[in-house]
Amino acid sequence: MLAVISPRPLLFRVSVKLFYVSSFSFLKSTEHKLITRFCLFPARSHVSCDIKGDVAVVRFNTPNSKVNTLSRQLSSEFTDVMNEIWANEAVKSAVLISSKPGSFIAGADIDMIEACKTSQEVTQLSQEGQKMLEKIEQSPKPVVAAISGSCLGGGLEVGLPAAFDMMLTGRNIRADRAKKMGLVDQLVDPLGPGMKAPEARTIEYLEEVAIGFARGLANRTVSAKRSKGLIQSKSLCFSGMYYAMALPFVRRQVYKTVENKVQKQTKGLYPAPLKIIEVVKTGLDQGHDAGYLIESQSFGQLAVTKEAKALIGLYHGQVLCKKNKFGTPQREVKTLAVLGAGLMGAGIAQVSVDKGLKTILKDTAQQGLDRGQQQVFKGLNSKVKKKSLTSFERDSILSNLTGQLDYKGFEKADMVIEAVFEDINIKHKVLKEVEAVIPAHCIFASNTSALPISQIAAVSKRPEKVIGMHYFSPVDRMQLLEIITTDKTSQDTAASAVAVGLKQGKVVIVVKDGPGFYTTRCLGPMLAEVVRVLQEGIDPKKIDAISTAFGFPVGAATLIDEVGVDVATHVAEDLGKAFGERFGGGSIELFKLMVEKGFLGRKAGKGFYVYQEGVKNRSLNSGMDEILARFKVPAKPEVCTDEDIQMRLVTRFVNEAAMCLQEGILSNPVEGDIGAVFGLGFPPCLGGPFRYADSYGAKQLVDKLRKYEAVYGSQFTPCQLLLDYANSPSKKFHQ
Amino acid sequence: MGSYFKLTGILVNIPSLLAVQPKSKKTLAKSGVKNIVVVEGVRIPFLQSGYCLHGANSVCFHLLCRGLLNRTSVPRDVVDYIVYGTVIQEVKTSNVAREAALGAGFSDKTPAHTVTMACISSNQAMTTGVGMIAAGQCDVVVAGGVELMSDVPIRHSRKMRKTMLTLNRAKTLGQKLSLISKIRPDYFAPELPAVAEFSTSETMGHSADRLAAAFGISRLEQDEYALRSHTLAKKAQDGGLLLDVVPFKVPGKDTVTKDNGIRPSSMEQMGKLKPAFVKPYGTVTAANSSFLTDGASAVLLMSEEKALAMGYKPKAYLRDFVYVSQDPKDQLLLGPTYATPKVLEKAGLTMADIDVFEFHEAFAGQILANLKAMDSDWFAQNCMGRKSKVGAPPLEKFNNWGGSLSLGHPFAATGCRLVITAAHRLKKEGGQYGLVAACAAGGQVMMLHGLALFPLERGSNYISAPVSTMKSSPVTPGVGAPLKSRGTGCL
Repeated sequence: MLAVISPRPLLFRVSVKLFYVSSFSFLKSTEHKLITRFCLFPARSHVSCDIKGDVAVVRFNTPNSKVNTLSRQLSSEFTDVMNEIWANEAVKSAVLISSKPGSFIAGADIDMIEACKTSQEVTQLSQEGQKMLEKIEQSPKPVVAAISGSCLGGGLEVGLPAAFDMMLTGRNIRADRAKKMGLVDQLVDPLGPGMKAPEARTIEYLEEVAIGFARGLANRTVSAKRSKGLIQSKSLCFSGMYYAMALPFVRRQVYKTVENKVQKQTKGLYPAPLKIIEVVKTGLDQGHDAGYLIESQSFGQLAVTKEAKALIGLYHGQVLCKKNKFGTPQREVKTLAVLGAGLMGAGIAQVSVDKGLKTILKDTAQQGLDRGQQQVFKGLNSKVKKKSLTSFERDSILSNLTGQLDYKGFEKADMVIEAVFEDINIKHKVLKEVEAVIPAHCIFASNTSALPISQIAAVSKRPEKVIGMHYFSPVDRMQLLEIITTDKTSQDTAASAVAVGLKQGKVVIVVKDGPGFYTTRCLGPMLAEVVRVLQEGIDPKKIDAISTAFGFPVGAATLIDEVGVDVATHVAEDLGKAFGERFGGGSIELFKLMVEKGFLGRKAGKGFYVYQEGVKNRSLNSGMDEILARFKVPAKPEVCTDEDIQMRLVTRFVNEAAMCLQEGILSNPVEGDIGAVFGLGFPPCLGGPFRYADSYGAKQLVDKLRKYEAVYGSQFTPCQLLLDYANSPSKKFHQ
Repeated sequence: MGSYFKLTGILVNIPSLLAVQPKSKKTLAKSGVKNIVVVEGVRIPFLQSGYCLHGANSVCFHLLCRGLLNRTSVPRDVVDYIVYGTVIQEVKTSNVAREAALGAGFSDKTPAHTVTMACISSNQAMTTGVGMIAAGQCDVVVAGGVELMSDVPIRHSRKMRKTMLTLNRAKTLGQKLSLISKIRPDYFAPELPAVAEFSTSETMGHSADRLAAAFGISRLEQDEYALRSHTLAKKAQDGGLLLDVVPFKVPGKDTVTKDNGIRPSSMEQMGKLKPAFVKPYGTVTAANSSFLTDGASAVLLMSEEKALAMGYKPKAYLRDFVYVSQDPKDQLLLGPTYATPKVLEKAGLTMADIDVFEFHEAFAGQILANLKAMDSDWFAQNCMGRKSKVGAPPLEKFNNWGGSLSLGHPFAATGCRLVITAAHRLKKEGGQYGLVAACAAGGQVMMLHGLALFPLERGSNYISAPVSTMKSSPVTPGVGAPLKSRGTGCL
């Protein structure tokens, strides 16, 4: 049968995503002869074992860590414990549980995988894991896994199409969903307070229930038959699929469909999903053993690819950017005011209010305010539709949001984030108005994408309380927050801003003030180059295709539409003034004409493309033909291959990023990589501009830049830092 | 058994009651506040849902009111006001109190309004009445509650309702036809009244199971408690102690004279049942939960002066009450724990002063959880912000004549039953103070701008109403004289 539950560790997923199951599952059991051997359990640091009657309770507890990870130590102790359980006649069944509330086993220990020098080493690790879990699968004594919190999916690689999606994208699964899919057998709801702390009692209760099941399985009062889940043909549709998968030609068709889908989504830039399909294919066509073998081998190979290194690097970077390097602020922000109920303002309000912050959303016009409040409602309501929120929770969250046109209640605000129009005069006016009504401790944060914070702070009575918080649109989906400190910003103000950002669920980088800060500044030259490419006669669709083929999640032309042509014009002008020739390339007049014609991008329904509600395949905006024709320049054939166009865009990006590091805007390459990937969509498989410079080679980058410099001039002149790295090949941004 | 109706039926029982010497501790009367008394309380037999009641709420209640009027012989036009609780509302009789009052033959000059507060709706009705009397607005209030689970309103789906309402406004035949043509088969799926908590979407049984687990209460303990409830109820029923029951002629059927849900079983029998909510490992079963019940109850409240002036001998004083609410998810059914110390402090009493406890038994696990919570210092300190526990009521004073588990629980009718039972027990057992408590579902909501619902008060509401005192001779001889002619009360 296909649907054998193989509780192997999901080692072959390169991006170590966790999936969340607060429930428990029990694994299969078969009767078997027992070997008599009694033993005392020796003291262990990661895995402990208690015998409760005839049930052994195995507890995972990685010392000094919030989560349990599958490390060598844990694996070997676990193996020992299980061997003892199997040898102990008095034990009839076993329960696996974590001592940490909220984490069963979060996944393979990344450090352990990173420490491996060769693919063989990783393969061996994977095989050891497979062996252990295969043994559990065939355990003569029933084994019940009581899972609370993040858990790698025991029995995830079920060879059925319904499981494909999950395996490929590594998304998180809620407990109830896992039950429906048949991944787990029973759910235990968390308990409230009783006569001890709820978390402690919940874990205890989970253990009690699991012990009951284990005992029931052992004495056959509970059936080991897994209740049929979605995967195993509960619904008619899946049942059809289930039987159809037994037919080779149907299977081939399914593989083909999945492969095509994966190819389309990954553009072949990520090797893991295709390998996974291959593994599943082998497992189904040639049996378990072949499947296990190729799984461990593939995992070994994947673990040492540059994509794996890039993604692991991002993982570490993300962990780093989820910490507040300024420490705990003196005062926790409880009431937040957001000025401007536009796309950004409402987005900021949404991610704040749903984290329990009391939020004031202020605008100057009723219409704008209504639109903003509706945006917040819509954002939360989409979660209700996805069932991650109940309608009651939505309403109760919304009750903490106050929409208003005046400054009422600002005297209680702990932080004000302004997201008004990008005009220094308006920002100054707003800052003065706000400072007249807020309390002394209140922080003023400006959400601007390019205006220097020190310029905004120039009119402030208390510049130490002024900081930049640059969010990315759409705020509820973009993970990055770029925080900008000026020379005058106090440490505590920075600590507070980072704390708010982290509370909002953001990955936070902190950079120094300057025109365009870090992210906008990197994007500037690249977009200028996009305009030049357009002027050279390449149409927007082609540019999109070229840039997504390189790994950008959003095509370069589409990106301009998303950002807004007016915003892009503003930024380009400002940065052009500040940096001069280096930010040249395309003609800014092209943008200006677009703005004049009302082609502002997605928000206006027209930009490079035409956007219509409900229409998926958007078409090019024919009104652009005339504009593009007017600004047409002759193309330079020597630098116009697809690869050259990609490199023209990317090298300008990377060069500017390096310059930010050189000038101290960035304090380290890690934040540079995180900012570029999470804020600007720099290809994740490349790990960010600095990791890309490492893997592509600083020298090779400089060579490319020189080549384009010869054609276009100083816009491509490599910066000093990049030259330094190019000159000493052993120098890497990431050691 | 048929003698409930007659005065003699009550009187027969009195001598034994009088043999018990009541305690006489301090009085809880407050200076400047009117004494409010319960003159009489009645209920129709509580019947398992689906048994025989198919009439409308209002029919049921007006028959009951007639019972109350008959038993007290109170002139109908003396009643100043009627407050009446119900949970599942009949759309046609949204102010069902008024319809019932008219049907029962109360004066059409007597105003009536309906209150709702989940399982404590009739508690709310009584305290509303208390408030009105205390404020000097009226002297005589009938308060009660009714629930008919056999007949709940079932609605069309939202889509269908919308279409039908739009159809009303459609002017031309063309418009009407186009609307009708939009109706799809799924429009016809009916919408049943929600059985789940609105805020958490969790059913109450599920919540009770989690509560029992949180307090580590075993299935065995719950079954034992449920068995106790049934056994005591049976004893009380057989001993003729359930004096509040008035026979009820079911329209179109026979007259019912007693509660039909009392079924003392055995631990073995109960042990066989499968969990009803948390399957398959939960502990709450059909046998240790209260069941869906039809029923109605009512009390006649008066200011003490008025009662005495009219020659009644009151059954009990209503002294203090308190409503509390808390987290509707994890503490949905823990209200009694929160409210008990509050109301005791308010009245200046301690747990030891209370002679009679009447607590609503939603689930055996819920009662036991409350008893444990009241007896837990951890809970008092970590959840209630108190220095120490209040202590659990002693079981020998607790629900001695059965409870909701055995008698049944018509949501809005339970509150009056608790109060009148407490009064009767005080008399019978010679106690002075009684304490009544019930927990209820839900948070209250208010509609604002039609945009969203904003919770005003979250959590399960609970009433500990009221601390009642029973005195052996609250009436002076002079006033007492007309009692005989009135012929009610406890002489």
